Amino acid sequence: MSLIVSAIGQGLLWAVLGVGLFLTFRILDFADMTVEGTFPLGAATAVAAISNGMNPLLATLLAFAIGAIAGLITGLLYTKGHIPILLAGILVMTACYSVNLRIMGRANVSLLGKSTLFKNHFLASLPQYFDSVFLGTLVMVVITGLVIYFLQTQLGQGFIATGDNQTMARSLGINTDNMKIMGLMVSNGLIAFGGALVAQNNGYADVNMGIGIIVIALASIIIGEVAFGDLTLNQRLVAVSLGSILYRFVLLIVLKLGFSANDLNLLSSIILALCMMLPVFKKTFNFKHILKRGLDTND
Amino acid sequence: MTKPLLELKNVVLKVNRNTPEEIMILDHLNLTINAGDFITVLGSNGAGKSTLFNAIGGDLSIDSGQILLNGKDISHESVEKRTRFLARVFQDPKLGTAPRMNVAENLLLAERRGQRRTLAPRHLNKQLDRYKEITATMHNGLDERLTTATGNLSGGQRQALSFLMATLKRPEILLLDEHTAALDPQTSQDLMHLTNERVQEEQLTCLMITHHLEDALTYGNRLIVLHHGKVTFDVAGADKDALTTEKLYSFFAEIE
Repeated sequence: MSLIVSAIGQGLLWAVLGVGLFLTFRILDFADMTVEGTFPLGAATAVAAISNGMNPLLATLLAFAIGAIAGLITGLLYTKGHIPILLAGILVMTACYSVNLRIMGRANVSLLGKSTLFKNHFLASLPQYFDSVFLGTLVMVVITGLVIYFLQTQLGQGFIATGDNQTMARSLGINTDNMKIMGLMVSNGLIAFGGALVAQNNGYADVNMGIGIIVIALASIIIGEVAFGDLTLNQRLVAVSLGSILYRFVLLIVLKLGFSANDLNLLSSIILALCMMLPVFKKTFNFKHILKRGLDTND
Repeated sequence: MTKPLLELKNVVLKVNRNTPEEIMILDHLNLTINAGDFITVLGSNGAGKSTLFNAIGGDLSIDSGQILLNGKDISHESVEKRTRFLARVFQDPKLGTAPRMNVAENLLLAERRGQRRTLAPRHLNKQLDRYKEITATMHNGLDERLTTATGNLSGGQRQALSFLMATLKRPEILLLDEHTAALDPQTSQDLMHLTNERVQEEQLTCLMITHHLEDALTYGNRLIVLHHGKVTFDVAGADKDALTTEKLYSFFAEIE
């Protein structure tokens, strides 16, 4: 039981990444590799700030701001520097590695004995693992709500149009460069925010904690979409949180099957690859047809 | 109504600048467009028709010369800035609409063409009745599909929507780049009629590229021919009415 609660809590905390990546991967329609750097960047920022006596909430918000700056750099390289987005992301991601080491001073910094968002009277009074469930739910409700509100504004609609049809967006006077930069800033800000949350939950930040982050974030998006089928944009954003929880359950099952935690990145990639190839499988094997044949009574 | 609205003075536009493949697409082109003009633009492939539109729209920057709107130099204004007075319909139905957004959302986007977009709520529902009325004027079932993603519309419906979007907020200049070319003959003709009706009603200033000589003769009050980046033929009013396809064909044979 406690394993399930823990998985739900972890799923909710990590869901921030899915929503962040949704903005670039699903709306702007490109894969932003920067996130592999901004996740540990957020963690490093928060841990370093807290170690130096900053209030955990402020430290977490600072992580968002620093992540947004990394996103800004990727955005400028991409839009003004005309560097392909994949490479621009990889450049900033690589640079972040050095920056993270500078921020932390060494490869791994512990928060032992320091105050965190999880160490307050109310959360400590909850049963084990319910602290991350509570905080994760709170964060996801606020963030998903804000993103949904934003997407329904005039600016948000211009943002969606930019990813949907750039030529049209420009012909309607939407500054598509600014939209992409804004999307990358908010997206990476959210990823760094997630990094700060996870670091505080784990009790440490590690310079290597960014490896495979894009796969985890994509998994929550894709699993959410595969599990819940045809949804509106708003529903899909909510589905990201549920997808993130489902992904944690999958990991739980995989670990129960006897795989070690070291195998997780391999398994995550396989799961994601299978989910993303589902449309191809559907077409090739014609599931619906086979299912129908099997279920139809002989008449 | 004869005040010049848009003037192109000695406009030069080259592609592949500073390379051995440098080509001058617009060659010291001069064109004065008066308010209320409905100009049909003819010319063979590579004559510079689309480049002319891209120069006016700001997608391509000009090498020399001037583009003046109401006497004000806009040669170096960005594409986004020019959309305050300019609307375009492209040849490819895919280019004019956002495929994953629905018809109403597309109209809402178009209604704010060239204006600031803020964090104010979009208020889509308040507009639905009005959008239904507007789309009904297209007589192609668009009004029944306001909540359909435009990617699921037919090419004809998409192109009619693109045209509606371009004229929803009245543009000072409307550029139509073969906007009926990708459609079947009947749909193409329907959209052409609608276009003409709307341009007349709203007294829009409009440039329309076409390869249909009949359309070029039937519609508009003025006809120009582009050749090697220059306006080689420019007739208006009664002179245009006197033109026939035969005369045009013989003119084309002459310049080639």
